[in-house]
Amino acid sequence: MDLITPEFGLVFWTLITFLILLFILRKFAWKPILGAVSDREDGIRNALASAEKARLEMQNLHADNERILQEARAEREAMLKDAREMKNKMITDAKDEAQSQANKMIEQAQVAIESEKKAAMAELKSHVAGLSVEIAEKVVRQELSNKDKQLKLVEDMLGDAKLN
Amino acid sequence: MTLSTFKRTVFTVLFLSAFSFGFAKDTQEGGDDEKFDPKEMILHHVKDAYGMHIATLNQGEENELHITIPLPLILWTENGLTTFMSSEFHHDYNGEVIVEKNGQRFVNVHEKVYVLDEGATSVQYDEEHHPTNAHRPKLDLSITRNVFMMWVSMILLFTIFLTAARSYKKSKNGVPSGVGSFVEPLIVFVRDEIARPMIGEHKYRKYMPYLLTIFFFIWINNIFGLIPILNGANLSGNIAFTFTLAAITFIITTFSGNKNYWKHIFWMPGVPVPMKIFLMPIEIIGMFVKPISLMIRLFANITAGHVIILALMSLIFVFKSYAIAPVSVAFSLFITVIEVIVTAIQAYIFTILSALYFGMATEEEHH
Repeated sequence: MDLITPEFGLVFWTLITFLILLFILRKFAWKPILGAVSDREDGIRNALASAEKARLEMQNLHADNERILQEARAEREAMLKDAREMKNKMITDAKDEAQSQANKMIEQAQVAIESEKKAAMAELKSHVAGLSVEIAEKVVRQELSNKDKQLKLVEDMLGDAKLN
Repeated sequence: MTLSTFKRTVFTVLFLSAFSFGFAKDTQEGGDDEKFDPKEMILHHVKDAYGMHIATLNQGEENELHITIPLPLILWTENGLTTFMSSEFHHDYNGEVIVEKNGQRFVNVHEKVYVLDEGATSVQYDEEHHPTNAHRPKLDLSITRNVFMMWVSMILLFTIFLTAARSYKKSKNGVPSGVGSFVEPLIVFVRDEIARPMIGEHKYRKYMPYLLTIFFFIWINNIFGLIPILNGANLSGNIAFTFTLAAITFIITTFSGNKNYWKHIFWMPGVPVPMKIFLMPIEIIGMFVKPISLMIRLFANITAGHVIILALMSLIFVFKSYAIAPVSVAFSLFITVIEVIVTAIQAYIFTILSALYFGMATEEEHH
C-alpha cells in the first residue's frame, strides 16, 4: 500500500527541487536558448525573404535590360529604315531634278534651234528673193532686148492660157 | 547519444568517488538457507530508501561488505529536529538496529523510520507486520536515495543546459556548439511538436519553461532509474514524485483557465439544459481525473518496467540455477531496451498532456 501512498518528504523535496530547477533553467537556460533559436530563425526567415526580394529585383532588372535592349534594337532598326528611305528619296529627287533640268535644257535648245532655223530660213529667203529678182532682172533685160522674143513670150503665155 | 552516455558514466563515477563509502558488516541477512522472496526484493528496489545501496560483496560470508552512500535523515519529532546518517542503521531495515538520538529511539522498518514509544526496547508487530509500539515521526524530510538522485539529476540538468546556454552566448551568429547543438533539437522538438500544436501559436511561449523543465526532469530521472548500479533510484516511478508534478500541472491549468474553460466545465455551451446539468459533475470530476491520470500513468509505467526487469532477474534465484541466467539476462536486456524507449515516451506523454491541458484551459471561444 505504501507503494501508492505519496510520502510527504519526497513530495516536499520534489516540489523544492522542481521549483529551483524551473526558476534557474528558465532564467539561465530556456530564455537564452529559446531566444537565440528564435533570433536565428527570424534571421533565416529574413535572409530568405531578402534573397527572394533580391531575386525579384534581379528579375526586374533583367526584364528592364531586355526591354531597353529591345527598344534600342527597334530604334536602330527605325533609324536604319529612315536612312534608307532618305537615301532613296534623295536619289529619286536628284534623278527627277536632273531629268527636269535636262528636259528644260533640251527644250531651250530646241527653241533656240527653231528660232535660229527660222531666222536662217528668213535670211535665206530674202537672199534667194533678192537673187531671183536680180537674175530675173538680168534675164528679162536680156530677153526683152529684141521685139521678136517679146512677142514670142507673149504668145507662149497666151498659149498656156488657152491650154488652161 | 554516445556523448551523453559517456558524460553520464563519468559523472556517476565522479559522484560516487566523492562520497565516503559506508562499509559495514551485515547483521541480519542470513546465509544460503534463507528463502528468497522476490516480492520483497522487488518492492525494496522499487520503493524509496534512506541509504544509497550500491552493492553487497561476499554476501553471506564473514567479511560481507555493503557498499553504500550514507544519506542524512532529517526528522521532526516530539523532541524537535533530529538528524543522523543512514549508515547508523547498518543496512538494517527490519527494525532490529536501534539508533538512539535526541532522547529517542529510531528503527528502520522496511525503509520507514519509526520512533519507539517511551520505554520500548524493541519493535513489536501486529499480524500485518505493522509496528504496534512505535510511530512515525511528525515530519520525515530525510534525504532519501530518491531525493539524492533527484539532486544528482538537477546538477546534471544544470550542467547540460547552462553549458548549452553558454555555447549560444559564445557563438556570434547564434549557432551553438557541443552540448548546445545536442540539446537544441530536443528543445525545438518540445516547442514545435508539443507546445505549439497543443497550446497555440499565441500563448505557448508562457508555458515553454515549465514544459521544457518537466520534459527533461522526467526523462533524465527515467534514465537514471535504468542504470543498474544506482540500484533502483526509482524517482519517476515513485508516486510522490509524479503526484507533485501532476499537482503543479493541475495548479497551472486551473490558474490559466479562462472564461471559456470554466464555462465548458460548469455550463457546457451548445447542449440542452438537462444535459448541461448532467455534464457539470462529469466535467468537474474530469478536472481532477486529468492530473490523476498523469500521476498514475508515469508512476505505473516506470514502476512496471522496473518490476518486470527485477522479476526476470529473480528467476535465477527462484530456480536456484545458473542455467536460467542466460534466459533471464536475454529477456531483461530486451525489456531494458524497451524501457530506454519508454523513458523518452513517458516524458513526452507527460509533457504533451500537460501542454494539452494548458491548451484547453486557454482556448478561446470559437463559433
